Amino acid sequence: MADIVLDHVTKRYPDGRLAVDDASLSIADGEFVILVGPSGCGKSTTLNMIAGLEDITSGELRIDGKVVNNLAPKDRDIAMVFQSYALYPHMSVRRNMGFALALAKRPKEEIDRKVEEAARVLDLTDHLDRKPAQLSGGQRQRVAMGRAIVRSPKAFLMDEPLSNLDAKLRVQMRTEVSRLQNRLGTTTVYVTHDQTEAMTLGDRVAVLRSGRIQQVGTPTELYGRPATIFVAGFIGSPSMNFVPATVEEGELRTPFGAIIPDDRQRRLLDGWDSGAAGRRSLIVGARPEHFEDAALEPMKERSGLRFSVTVDVLERLGSDSYAYFTLAGGRTRIADLEELAHDAGTVDLTSGAEQVVARLDAASRIREGEKAELWLDTHQLHLFDPDTGRNLDAPTTS
Amino acid sequence: MATIASVPAAGTAAPARGRRPSGERTALLGWSAANLVIIGVSLVPLLWLVSLSFKTPASITDGSFIPKKWTLENYRGIFGESLFTRALLNSLGIALISTVLAVVLGSMAAYAIARLTFPGKGLLVGLALLIAMFPQISLVSPMFNLWRQIGIFDTWIGLIIPYLTFSLPLAIYTLSAFFREIPWDLEKAAQVDGATPLQAFLRVIAPLAAPGMVTTAILVFIFCWNDFLFAISLTSTERSRTVPAAIAFFTGASQFAQPIGSIAAAAVVITIPIIIFVLLFQRRIVAGLTSGAVKG
Repeated sequence: MADIVLDHVTKRYPDGRLAVDDASLSIADGEFVILVGPSGCGKSTTLNMIAGLEDITSGELRIDGKVVNNLAPKDRDIAMVFQSYALYPHMSVRRNMGFALALAKRPKEEIDRKVEEAARVLDLTDHLDRKPAQLSGGQRQRVAMGRAIVRSPKAFLMDEPLSNLDAKLRVQMRTEVSRLQNRLGTTTVYVTHDQTEAMTLGDRVAVLRSGRIQQVGTPTELYGRPATIFVAGFIGSPSMNFVPATVEEGELRTPFGAIIPDDRQRRLLDGWDSGAAGRRSLIVGARPEHFEDAALEPMKERSGLRFSVTVDVLERLGSDSYAYFTLAGGRTRIADLEELAHDAGTVDLTSGAEQVVARLDAASRIREGEKAELWLDTHQLHLFDPDTGRNLDAPTTS
Repeated sequence: MATIASVPAAGTAAPARGRRPSGERTALLGWSAANLVIIGVSLVPLLWLVSLSFKTPASITDGSFIPKKWTLENYRGIFGESLFTRALLNSLGIALISTVLAVVLGSMAAYAIARLTFPGKGLLVGLALLIAMFPQISLVSPMFNLWRQIGIFDTWIGLIIPYLTFSLPLAIYTLSAFFREIPWDLEKAAQVDGATPLQAFLRVIAPLAAPGMVTTAILVFIFCWNDFLFAISLTSTERSRTVPAAIAFFTGASQFAQPIGSIAAAAVVITIPIIIFVLLFQRRIVAGLTSGAVKG
């Protein structure tokens, strides 16, 4: 077990493409850190650099306080779980799991003992003498995990280990991974493009975008105080709604209606205005759960913005409902968000007016195609600078 | 493969799915007929050769397909002569050494070509192909002179070198295709598991590429075993003369007798190792060993 420190690590490919740009991240001993981001954001490259499978162009990588930039993977004492599992097809499960120990020339009894122990933990005892081809997807995934844990390495690196499993198994294995990491207490770096996995598994999450680390924090921090519009849009499902807004006469004018800023928001706006004089327009972000059906009893007295819309689509999930509606006032064209939409394949779906999703209580009696009055908790709004994409509430770091 | 696969389809699945069974049956018949014709055309000369090898010298030219009088005299004759037995030994030795060297060197080169990007890679592959295309006959005279100058004329090594030259491009091509099929993740996994590049190659990559290596070995072996041009040009004595060359030196019992029976017997004998080789390894060639490596 060890800590891992990335100190201004950069990866530039020979063709000049920048895969990872000046990434600094320090992972404490025993911590479970997630690297998350859309495809091509450099998260796998970062992991490969920690593993030693890719060279570091500049910067320093330290494992356990020792600079390992030029160490071969075999000298770093880390284990890796691959997305494809990369099981050796010609070896039995037993030999697959014991391969690293066999290479290290450990005595046979020790290898057998450790392999059997790991097999017991992962419920693979019955399959030890099978070949990977005879196993199901979930079993192969567990063998891949087993291969990592038998070695008791300094750290686990996991490269989207669950993305090849079907949805149900993935959720099951997610808790399994979490339990295993708690039990072993081994430093773990986990790469995923799935924000749900990131939020549920990690002690801390680092959101990457085009090779840069956007924000590092606990899941709660990322959700509650996203530093940039990209993080805000990436974390959370359904994702945050963004609408354009202007500041006029001390009011925040949004397509939902005019909002009188509260103290926190006023302080932020004042601070921001002094920075970029003359700019009066910004982007307002609202999480779906900060809307509610205004007709519901508990909403009657609460302060907040009330506005009426026509609900286009209503999805009833039982526990709550999602109401989709569009707002006049144009679409917020934000490069950061378009990248996300590209990644999700929804880039052509939303066009013209802005679509907003609100999560309502299941008791709501709003119906599709009808006018409804919604309530918005204005204290929870996030304010973003449209040029830099930064949250006005984010601590200014250079 | 095509016939085997289509038999159950025509019998069970096709009528159930309501496809045109009659069309499939016609296609099946057509394919079977075509296959039979091809098998016949390729087997008749071979059977003729076998038949000749069992005929007595007097009945060689009687034109009957099945010998009227069977004799093992031809076989006894060739094994009684050191011209043939020594040549058989030479053939085996030279072909085996060339095959092993070609597979070992070819694997390394093919692995590098499949995995690494290095300057001049395209040129190297192109050159290898060029060598394979080169007319061998144009090299024979210069080699003959050169080999005599440097003293490897009429030696095993004198034949192994040209065999390697012409079989390596083939080996590199076949093997790099196999190496490309092996997921790169396996090698990364081996590295992370603590393997040196050599260990990763020997313990993970090579066993998976075994079908490819066997295929290559068979092809190279057949090439070396069958070669006549270099064997006749670069040898002069029993010291290194291989069977195809030695057959040309067969003489009949008397000055005027044709050695056809002996030639046929020798030809049958040297065909046997090839058949054994292919039969032994054909399952291995076909078997896809990489199944189960990655999800799929």
